[in-house]
Amino acid sequence: MSISKIWVLAESADSKPTSITLELLTFARGLNATVEAVGFGDSSESIVSELGNYGASTFNVVTDVNDSLPGVPVASAIANAVNSGNGPDLLLIGATYDGRDIAARLSAKLNLPVLTNVTGLESSGDDLIAHHSIFGGTQIAKAKFTTDSTPQIFVIRAKTFGAEPAGGGAASVNQLTAGDLGATNGAKIIARHVEERTGPKLDEADIVVSGGRGLSDKANYSMIEELAKLLKGAPGASRAIVDAGWVPYAYQVGQTGKTVKPTVYLACGISGATQHLVGMKNAKNIIAINKDPEAPIFSVADLGIVGDTQKILPKLIEELKARA
Amino acid sequence: MNVVICVKQIPDPAAPGELDPSTNNLKRDSKLIMDDSDSYGVEMGLQLAESSGGGEVTLVSMAPNNETSGLRTALAMGAAKAMLISDPALAGSDALSTSKVLAATIKKAQPDLIIAATESSDGYTGTTPVQLAELLGLPSVTFAKKISVEGNSIKVERQTEAGYDEVTCSLPAVVTVTAGVVEPRYPNFKGIMAAKSKPVEEFKVADLGLSADEVGNTGARQVVFEVVAAEARQAGEKIIDEGEAHKDVISFLEKLKLI
Repeated sequence: MSISKIWVLAESADSKPTSITLELLTFARGLNATVEAVGFGDSSESIVSELGNYGASTFNVVTDVNDSLPGVPVASAIANAVNSGNGPDLLLIGATYDGRDIAARLSAKLNLPVLTNVTGLESSGDDLIAHHSIFGGTQIAKAKFTTDSTPQIFVIRAKTFGAEPAGGGAASVNQLTAGDLGATNGAKIIARHVEERTGPKLDEADIVVSGGRGLSDKANYSMIEELAKLLKGAPGASRAIVDAGWVPYAYQVGQTGKTVKPTVYLACGISGATQHLVGMKNAKNIIAINKDPEAPIFSVADLGIVGDTQKILPKLIEELKARA
Repeated sequence: MNVVICVKQIPDPAAPGELDPSTNNLKRDSKLIMDDSDSYGVEMGLQLAESSGGGEVTLVSMAPNNETSGLRTALAMGAAKAMLISDPALAGSDALSTSKVLAATIKKAQPDLIIAATESSDGYTGTTPVQLAELLGLPSVTFAKKISVEGNSIKVERQTEAGYDEVTCSLPAVVTVTAGVVEPRYPNFKGIMAAKSKPVEEFKVADLGLSADEVGNTGARQVVFEVVAAEARQAGEKIIDEGEAHKDVISFLEKLKLI
């Protein structure tokens, strides 16, 4: 099937489209089709001009989300557009908290399959082929839809594509509505809590310092945070210490967490289970510190240090402080 | 309050995974265990059922070969019974087909609350719980860090990019739980013994009013048609710390002009 209209899910924070939104728009521009954004919430001048700058001609904004969790109303509004013949042939959604909700709701509403955790997307004839990183990133599974029903729905991981502006004018705003949603719309946000975090976001940081089980104790994670701060980077974590409750899920790098591609990834006390490698092996440079000389993390590290994080990290912190 | 917990039984993540070369499906014919990611939901479900004055905790799982070993683990933790859907026709099912199977099964249990992990450790599509909610006509709250029951609704702290949102949600509802938010109990000897005789009700696709072409490889409407090697990464320098290795990190960062 040929694709003539693409919708990219546009999410925003602090009156700016998120970086994954701009990455998806940049990719969509290369597909020779009409590119539009679809989203909710903020449709102020700064948002529509930035969406336009990255190639969206229109911002389809769902106006009746109000205090609902966005998944249900946004998916319903998109489904309404599809059912009335105004929907896209292709829907690109970032693998975010709300993006995943929207994709899943829409898939069930329209009885369409969805491909998630996409780490690459290529055109081949009339098909779009999704890449999925499997077995610790050692292999790539290539998948495609076998149905001609549209829209094709892909949920794509951050940093799959680069973001480049195209210099277009502001996107025009088109309002969509979800309508009456009944019981499915029963989840309402009553308060938002922002946790103070200095420094860059984990999946946008140039330097990521991550900690794992090898730190021995939850209290030692403070060294990871301090190092990240000194290097103007972001702190991350392996699944093991998230499962153990040392740090929240938002810190997790890996298959079931975030994908990062920083200039330097510093893995401290992380053995390098396949689950973790998927999320960080495409960093430009990897430094690993681990007691176990046989740890799999060393097979991907540009600089591997066999040693104790509790001895090395304090000295590293000291040295960086002396230079600051 | 009656709680249903979705439990996935997966190949041991410590063992290397393997694809079936004819279908590119993940091989799931060895002994399966309960996905660690589900232990948090099981614990949460047991706690909520207890704190709301009792109620039954039922497990629902779709698995090949009538597998129950993972279910027995959750039964040993304290769940009362399990519903297992096992049918050769289900091999190769995608997330949407799986949610159709789970929805048809869960309808029979009529729970007040359905709990699942945010994603499984093996397939990790992370869409099944919300697809399930839509098929059941229910609201959903994903990425829950904390859940409390307040009358006929729940209050959830939901992880966000910036921190967390406080969400209220009417019941019945589907909630997905992130890892690490509660400490899963270890089954004790008594629990393990009791689990052996707890009821596991088995279902086939036909028992659920679904047709065979809605599930399995046909129902999936997506295919992994090729698997290729990813660009390999070479190991670089490896040194043993003798007290000065932090200096190697410093010079590595200096070369990249990052400090």
